[in-house]
Amino acid sequence: MMTTTFTKKTLGLETVEPAVTPPPTTAAEPSFVKKPKLGGGKSKKRDIPEGLWVKCKKCGNLVYDKELDETLKVCPRCQYHFQIGPRDRVLSLVEPGSFEEMDANLVSVDILGFAGMASYVSKLADNQKKTGEKDAVLTGVGMIGEHKVALGIMDFSFIGGSMGSVVGEKITRLIERGTAEELPVIVISTSGGARMYEGMFSLMQMAKTCGALAYLAEARLPYISVLTHNTYAGVMASFASVGDLILAEPGAEIGFAGARVIKDTTQAELPPGFQTAEFLLDHGLIDAVIHRKDLKKQLIEYLDFLTARFRPAPPTT
Amino acid sequence: MKNLLDFERPIYDLKKRLDDLRRQASIHPVGVDVEDEIRRIEVKIIETSKQIFTNLTPWQRVQLARHPKRPFTLDYLASAFTDFNELHGDRLYAEDRAVVGGFARLGGKKVVVIGTQKGRDTKENIRRNFGSAHPEGYRKALRLMRLADKFGLPIITLIDTAGAYPGIGAEERHIAEAIAVNLREMMLLRVPTIAAVIGEGGSGGALGIGVTDRVLILENAYYSVISPEGCAAILWKDRAAAPKAAEALKITARHLLELGLVDDVIPEPLGGAHTQPAAAGQTLRESLLRHLAELEQKPLPELLKQRYDRFRALGRFSESVPVAA
Repeated sequence: MMTTTFTKKTLGLETVEPAVTPPPTTAAEPSFVKKPKLGGGKSKKRDIPEGLWVKCKKCGNLVYDKELDETLKVCPRCQYHFQIGPRDRVLSLVEPGSFEEMDANLVSVDILGFAGMASYVSKLADNQKKTGEKDAVLTGVGMIGEHKVALGIMDFSFIGGSMGSVVGEKITRLIERGTAEELPVIVISTSGGARMYEGMFSLMQMAKTCGALAYLAEARLPYISVLTHNTYAGVMASFASVGDLILAEPGAEIGFAGARVIKDTTQAELPPGFQTAEFLLDHGLIDAVIHRKDLKKQLIEYLDFLTARFRPAPPTT
Repeated sequence: MKNLLDFERPIYDLKKRLDDLRRQASIHPVGVDVEDEIRRIEVKIIETSKQIFTNLTPWQRVQLARHPKRPFTLDYLASAFTDFNELHGDRLYAEDRAVVGGFARLGGKKVVVIGTQKGRDTKENIRRNFGSAHPEGYRKALRLMRLADKFGLPIITLIDTAGAYPGIGAEERHIAEAIAVNLREMMLLRVPTIAAVIGEGGSGGALGIGVTDRVLILENAYYSVISPEGCAAILWKDRAAAPKAAEALKITARHLLELGLVDDVIPEPLGGAHTQPAAAGQTLRESLLRHLAELEQKPLPELLKQRYDRFRALGRFSESVPVAA
């Protein structure tokens, strides 16, 4: 185990890598526009460093990427929540210096010798290079306020956040540690589903993670699931849906089957806002929709209630 | 002939010739020559069947698993079990006929059976939603499993579904949660549990009733994280590449056994379960009884620990030893 280092990365938005069912295609990639011509094409001031401008998918405005860092990657104009990398998420939630990463050395293997159009081995290598991460989840133990928690954060930029053996194993070990050390468990999900390249091994991660949660629940330890844009299929139909509390970020697209699959199968018109966090809230499927800037505060508040019985009685003198 | 698969054709042609010869022989008794020919063809049918059915490609097995004449859950409830007492409904919203369940006897043992159910014709398929369950199906299954847990009845699940239903209502009533809760709750059931994949094991929709002490699979059934067509559409950008995807995904009974993902393969009659459904039912019963007898010997803590460990062990990855700082 080691303390993580935080490196800044570009926004992890890319094409979805669907697995159990393809997630909706509406999660299009925002276009990165370099050095847009502002102020009628006047020459740039020399003291402004060159940076990336990002076009907000929702309102269409260009946002300077430094500004997005300050807002936790939420559009300052329309509050659209961009996807955020797991290490930035740790920075936004965990007390500085308290995060101890677990199982950083777990690496996926091509157990099936998967021969598709691109090999799994090359897919893994490309994604490792692109993200600087070994797989699609970061796990560890750290302090959120005064609560020591077991925290897992998925990474959509790594093969669409898909769950293979490594994701399943790391989440399972995290939950088992929570059970063993009596820690609340929090998992922040974003995933296209199970990782096809690992065949049935990926499907079995659903059973494995939920099995670990069965024992966490039996020990009456809290589990909070946070759903972020976007969370689908194998992850949604396993650990993401069985939280004591289930929270979601505004506008996040969340579901079992992808919207396109549903449309193709049923030939039905999809209701407005279908499969958004707000739609789930209206249908009674989640506890609350929480703005990213409020997440830490709310997690602390919820944990205060969920762990109340673990507080030792004040000493009597 | 209706429902004939390409690779079944040589056997079908031979059988047709045999029938013709027999008819001829009964109309015009001509003697020894015909009798010899009949015996020759009978041998040839068995040889050809063996040749074809021991060398099936994964995609051919997928076609067999989806064969419209293949025995479904209710057929096995009639052939492998007796006294099926169906129990309906999830007690919350609806009766989902894509899932059937209730009490039944397996040999002398009283059990609860739950299975996904396809229809054999259009009308029945509409009633059964083609074997694809809504949230209510998974919640009915859990209700019956809790009933079995409460009254100490072993649970047998029969899996035959292309997958859970992708629909607006299914999403609105949280099908992901219905499956996920089953995955969690099945881990703690205090009775022996066995799942048998009898046809299609379609992803999360199959796993939703598949977290059991033993996972068995029929010889020509398949169990996969995604349909071969779905995988082909994503990775090859072409649904017609499904045979390639079926090969790559390692979804056949033999592959799954080799990878340790299932515990036992139940043999089917030569030619597939649909050619001799009664014999297929008999084999299923024997296999279930054998596994159940083993599970019934285990003390409860051991049963639960082994169930957890069974799924806990599934996953392949490499783990390098971190260098000490």
